[in-house]
Amino acid sequence: MQKVYSQILEIEGDVITVEAGDVGYKELAEVRTKAGVSLAQVIRLADKKVSLQVLAGSRGISTNDQVRFLKRPMQVSCSENLLGRVFTGNGVPRDNGPALTDNFIPIGGPAVNPARRIVPKNMIRTGIPMIDVFNSLVVSQKLPIFSVAGEPYNELLARIALQAEVDMIILGGMGLKYDDYLFFRDTFEEKGVLSRSILFVHTASDPTVECLLVPDMCLAVAEHFALKGKKVLVLLTDMTNFSDALKEISITMEQIPSNRGYPGDLYSQLAARYEKAVDFQGAGSITILAVTTMPGDDVTHPVPDNTGYITEGQLYLRGGHIEPFGSLSRLKQQVNGETRSDHRTIMDRMIQLFADYRGTLEKRSMGFQMSAWDKKLLKYGKRFEDELMDLSVNIPLEEALDKGWAILSDVFEPAETGIKKSLIDEYWPKEKAMK
Amino acid sequence: MVNTKQRTGKVAGVNGNMVVVEFEGRVMQNEVAYVIVGAERLKSEVIRVRGKRAEMQVFEDTSGIKIGDHVEFTDELLSVELGPGLLGQVFDGLQNPLPRLAEKHGFFLKRGAYLDPIDDHTTWDFTPTVKAGGKVRAGDQLGTVPEKMFAHWIMVPFALSGELEVCTIAAEGKYALIDKIAQLKDGAGKTYDVSMTQTWPVKVPIKAYVKKIRPTEPLVTKIRLIDTLVPVAVGGTFCTPGPFGAGKTVLQHLLSRHTEVDVVVVAACGERAGEVVELLEEFPRLTDPRTKRSLMERTIIICNTSSMPVAARESSVYTGVTLAEYYRQMGLNVLLLADSTSRWAQAMREMSGRLEEIPGEEAFPAYLESRIAAFYERAGLVKLRNGKTGSVTIGGAVSPAGGNFEEPVTQATLKVVGAFHGLSRARADARRYPSVDPLDSWSKYTSFIEAERVRKGIAILKKSFSVNQMMKVVGEEGTSTSEFVDYLKGEFFDAVYLQQNAFDKTDESTTADRQKYVYALIEEIIDKPFEFKDKDDARKFFQELSQMFITWNSVPFRTDEFSKSEKQIRDKILSGAISK
Repeated sequence: MQKVYSQILEIEGDVITVEAGDVGYKELAEVRTKAGVSLAQVIRLADKKVSLQVLAGSRGISTNDQVRFLKRPMQVSCSENLLGRVFTGNGVPRDNGPALTDNFIPIGGPAVNPARRIVPKNMIRTGIPMIDVFNSLVVSQKLPIFSVAGEPYNELLARIALQAEVDMIILGGMGLKYDDYLFFRDTFEEKGVLSRSILFVHTASDPTVECLLVPDMCLAVAEHFALKGKKVLVLLTDMTNFSDALKEISITMEQIPSNRGYPGDLYSQLAARYEKAVDFQGAGSITILAVTTMPGDDVTHPVPDNTGYITEGQLYLRGGHIEPFGSLSRLKQQVNGETRSDHRTIMDRMIQLFADYRGTLEKRSMGFQMSAWDKKLLKYGKRFEDELMDLSVNIPLEEALDKGWAILSDVFEPAETGIKKSLIDEYWPKEKAMK
Repeated sequence: MVNTKQRTGKVAGVNGNMVVVEFEGRVMQNEVAYVIVGAERLKSEVIRVRGKRAEMQVFEDTSGIKIGDHVEFTDELLSVELGPGLLGQVFDGLQNPLPRLAEKHGFFLKRGAYLDPIDDHTTWDFTPTVKAGGKVRAGDQLGTVPEKMFAHWIMVPFALSGELEVCTIAAEGKYALIDKIAQLKDGAGKTYDVSMTQTWPVKVPIKAYVKKIRPTEPLVTKIRLIDTLVPVAVGGTFCTPGPFGAGKTVLQHLLSRHTEVDVVVVAACGERAGEVVELLEEFPRLTDPRTKRSLMERTIIICNTSSMPVAARESSVYTGVTLAEYYRQMGLNVLLLADSTSRWAQAMREMSGRLEEIPGEEAFPAYLESRIAAFYERAGLVKLRNGKTGSVTIGGAVSPAGGNFEEPVTQATLKVVGAFHGLSRARADARRYPSVDPLDSWSKYTSFIEAERVRKGIAILKKSFSVNQMMKVVGEEGTSTSEFVDYLKGEFFDAVYLQQNAFDKTDESTTADRQKYVYALIEEIIDKPFEFKDKDDARKFFQELSQMFITWNSVPFRTDEFSKSEKQIRDKILSGAISK
């Protein structure tokens, strides 16, 4: 017999407090209001007082509304039926499909034993040269895209999702603009990947608390499928909104803020999500690609800063392209040795030459005279930007490497590239070597 | 295991990983207790007592704990088990062996699952070194067992005080870990049974030694920049703060592989799990050049990665240092690497926040500095009762928020360490590894290269740096050739000596002998007055010289090829010297 409590003592922010007994920490409850039924989760127990965060927000809750505890933690239904569906942050269908009730699994499960992890070694090809060639994405990697408002980060995320060689895509939208949500859904549908995708979307107008659940929902489902042998790609956008939601709740709970109002456990909270990225030995894998918008384009802001310490590198999206400097895939060394013998050399030399090009640009803007070498660099830089860096370029890794050789050979003499002789002999386009 | 005198309590509140317990009778500060949730027993530690209520940090996820849940107190401080069989193991912050947990529970870390750190039933070949009737004190050797490449001392438990008499001692032979191997009697006639294992509270330093000695002998890390410019002493302390991506962890891995010590304890505290996995995968395959055995055999890994429970993260650095002190007591030199102490400090901050303590700077607790100081003070070179010495050297990585060294954790650490290896984003971006900033970093220890000779190297770096700054304003044409040559010399010193290629088998570690030898040649070059036709000529000369040096760096020391390369370099120097 489940007890119903109908005396709400406090309402503050999205947190309500009732007096109740036999309630577990993090247990779920239902709050019945005039407007309908909302879920709520226990976030503090103090003697008889139970504080709950109301997923739908506290607006319209009356002090005599009914609270019923459900004797279970937050769960998500997890089966093949999820594929192709769209849900809200707390697992309610957002499309017109039926609610799912089979095979509930808890969210926010325990961490993977480090002794059972394996060193990642498989590349995920995306068709984007700036990723494939220069910062290879690796199975089980957690990689954020650092960007600022106005940049096409969601478009980039969608493109990677469409082209990545994975079995399933799980999209977690946090504080997403409604347009962006429609963009993801329509793009996935058009390109025919919706049938192997699951979307958990919290839009900017939805209650804050729901935003907090999105990553856990996505990752619990991802874990379920990964253990069944699926190669899962999880997209999370935007983790800064998630962090802001954390901030909101912790301030409501009168926690002492640490840095710019964010709670002291921001690092642990983010890490608990990102560290779900894993390659299960003998089963599938989870790869996480996230978006972190940097308020004020400031990488030392607590959210990108803490993220950088957690993730395995980062991609900077600036001025509509993936910035070659600062972007880093920490795991690329694990995979780019086995793709093609020229991969590492092309990666290193083209970036170094591009750095020289940037130096030349600076020199030019200061009015210094351009030497013959400078002119070559300017020509090189322009072609690099147009033919490799531009986000619309969509070619497989091998073709991108060939393109690299084509650009180098059009602009430079073999010796000027500083590439060792054996590779020049093998890859330098023959017709040009003649001249 | 039913104990009638078991002290118990009941849960009265839950907030994150903090649980409030109403207890009966008494309770001890920092006592370990278990919260019983259904069939699970969640380990916790008392951290504050108020009236009849104790506040405890729980080392596990607290989901599902209810008001009124049963709590059992243990009357013990948070402790680790010490004994043979620790080397080569991988533990979590509470000393649970992770590989064995995985065997039992699979992919995930099951809540409330604890295992014995060293299996009680392992057997060891015990050789007694004392006789019945002998007098001993805490920390004295009773006998030895072979563990990997060491004779592991079986010692008088550190907790016993005063002079004790050996009543009985086991004969040479095979014994299980928990078998009684000796009986001791104290002055009051009380007897104690001693086995090969003992426990020790992690937050209390082991002090079973005669005295601490000032650390002066240089610790050879085989990283040239550190050994020559900002050295560490055996038994000293150092810290490596750096923004993300500056190469802190890579540097710590290099230190754990190459440093000339007997035992390395790696405390991976709140960092990426993937990095630990790399250690786990590569260490068993690498050989320690000193012992010719697998590196894993001299290593203990304490691994509490960022997604594991926060409270256990706080205890993991203490677990690490306690294990390090234990091996020090056997007259060994131990290196403890903690990556990263900032995560440990953050764990303290989280708990302090839940306790609603008045926050200090950036919400870190007011006791942050004293905790950090107390931790680093556990390093040291000690003289043992048998005249031998043993040491614990502590190196802590610091991850300052925003890469800003002004933040509280970095500042509190700088006050108590002997060497500061500041990693610089600019150096890392320029791919100059190790990215320790040679001008900002400092050390209070002395190198195996004489101080005035080291100063010469630093002087040329400073000069080079200032000329470079000047050139940014006035351009190359605005500097004199002699200043330009100083600039090139500094860049040369950086490129061929301070920078080291971690991917090159030979270059990744340089012995002290080789460092002395190569530094002497560098000094010659710094001292030599060169004269060039013009700046392009000078640049070309130093570019070529650097190239030759870098090639030389990857040639094994004292081989024919080494001498041949050296000869070429010396010829090159002559060709560019004043004669031209």
